Amino acid sequence: MILETKKILEEKVHPHAVVDIQELGLQPALYINPEHLKAVCVFLRDQEGLYFDFLANITAVDYFPEDFFEVIYNLTSIPYQTQLTLKVKLTGKRDINQLPELPSVSEVWRTADWHEREAYDLMGVFFTDHPDLRRILMPEDWVGYPLRKDYEDPETYNNIPVK
Amino acid sequence: MNEQYLEANKKYQERINAVSSQEMVINMGPQHPSTHGVLRLELITDGEIVKDIIPHVGYLHRCFDKHAESMNYGKSIPFTDRLDYLASMNNAHAFVMGVERMLNIQDKIPKRIEYIRVLVCELNRIASHLIAIGTYGIDIGAFTPFMWCFRDREHIMNMLEWASGSRMLYNYIWVGGLFYDIPVNFEERCKEFIEYFKPKLVELDDLLSNNQIFIQRTANIGVLPADVAINYGCSGPMLRGSGIKWDLRRVDGYSVYPELDFEIPVGKGEMGALGDCWDRYKVRVDEVKESVKIIEQCLDRLMHDFKRTPDFDPRAMVPKKVNLKAQDYYVRAENPKGELGFYFVTKEKTDIPRRVKARGPSYNNLSVLPELGKGVLISDLISILGSIDIVLGEVDR
Repeated sequence: MILETKKILEEKVHPHAVVDIQELGLQPALYINPEHLKAVCVFLRDQEGLYFDFLANITAVDYFPEDFFEVIYNLTSIPYQTQLTLKVKLTGKRDINQLPELPSVSEVWRTADWHEREAYDLMGVFFTDHPDLRRILMPEDWVGYPLRKDYEDPETYNNIPVK
Repeated sequence: MNEQYLEANKKYQERINAVSSQEMVINMGPQHPSTHGVLRLELITDGEIVKDIIPHVGYLHRCFDKHAESMNYGKSIPFTDRLDYLASMNNAHAFVMGVERMLNIQDKIPKRIEYIRVLVCELNRIASHLIAIGTYGIDIGAFTPFMWCFRDREHIMNMLEWASGSRMLYNYIWVGGLFYDIPVNFEERCKEFIEYFKPKLVELDDLLSNNQIFIQRTANIGVLPADVAINYGCSGPMLRGSGIKWDLRRVDGYSVYPELDFEIPVGKGEMGALGDCWDRYKVRVDEVKESVKIIEQCLDRLMHDFKRTPDFDPRAMVPKKVNLKAQDYYVRAENPKGELGFYFVTKEKTDIPRRVKARGPSYNNLSVLPELGKGVLISDLISILGSIDIVLGEVDR
């Protein structure tokens, strides 16, 4: 299943669209080249035989002390009752003024809008072309990205000591 | 701070500042009874018409993801109870299933344990739907159904308290087993409750579902087409209300659900357009009836096929330490509100996960509100919000 999907993506979208396959655990995953992410998503959603029309979840993972992030997309096809996991690896850029960047898929699945806002808010992954990338769970004026492994609690919030 | 990251905030401020003199910005919530918790909706209104909705969530953010990264899997279960605090059993069941599948012990769990899990989950599903139905009535102005639903829910709360020791946040379902076996005579009392509860459902239909005022407030309001529902990641009664037969209890067939006989209710557009507020409400009422059927079958099996035995130990399979290889796994389960998912990223040689992400169904269901609520009356917005049935504990996590 996963190999077939990889083959179709390489044939129809781009020869370098899929970087790698991960088959560690129960659910195999496809590593997608961030440059082709949006094209891959549109293709997976609309292609007959795949129809991954339901984006269940977006997760951002910090692999500190190794220097990379991963963003994971869990797709579900409602007509075919299948699941697919896409992963994108983002290297480097730990500075809070230089966030790792990734194209937004909120035009493909509207539900990605809030999921990406959450990933930006808590993990500090910047999604380009997102319609409204504000913080969602944390206050607007919060500094830093709390789910990062190297995050440290601030001493003060708006000049109020919190420790 | 990089200017690029502040652009969206500026855009939002400009949008608020640019309202014309005819329009008005109204804050509904965070302290408003019809928002069912601490949800703030910023409405841009023109008279009675809602022009735009900007939801603000996060007032109840309790850092579930961050907590789960600092403790082992078993210790996270009480935190999962606090996600959707009206259906704690279902949350714990989903979480536990994920860990069990990664450990590959899901087939070794005794049948009696699985039936007890399904029994308490379905009891909790009824309790959750009773709140949804009751508070929906009160949103629209019917007070009696609220009191009646809470009266019946109290029986379920008492029974689950009897089994687990607490009224709402149970920590009852554990990885590999249960906290305790269900108490002696639990099955009989549960049976009594079901006999008591069945006629109440008929009463509820007479009182609310077929009430003309209620129908006029909900039919043809907030119509959600199926494609929009899927695109916005709606699940559970929201999706089924739009006519799509999608229930993970059947699709995934987890636990002992394949052995049980039940229907999946879907919206049919009986009172108006398909996917309106009344359809979503009706799906919940029908699901309560199906849950009653499931409970009856579970009780039957528990009293005959998988009887209580003196040497039965519900903790026999509970692992001393959850040792997993490095992998990741997305587990999903059908909660009363929709698809609850947990995404686990495990680490080698430790029982503390690298990352656990909870996918709350209410979070995704709520994100469709700006789409549904454009151009409706403010009073209809209350109907729409009530029919989404959000729990803020799960939206904010």
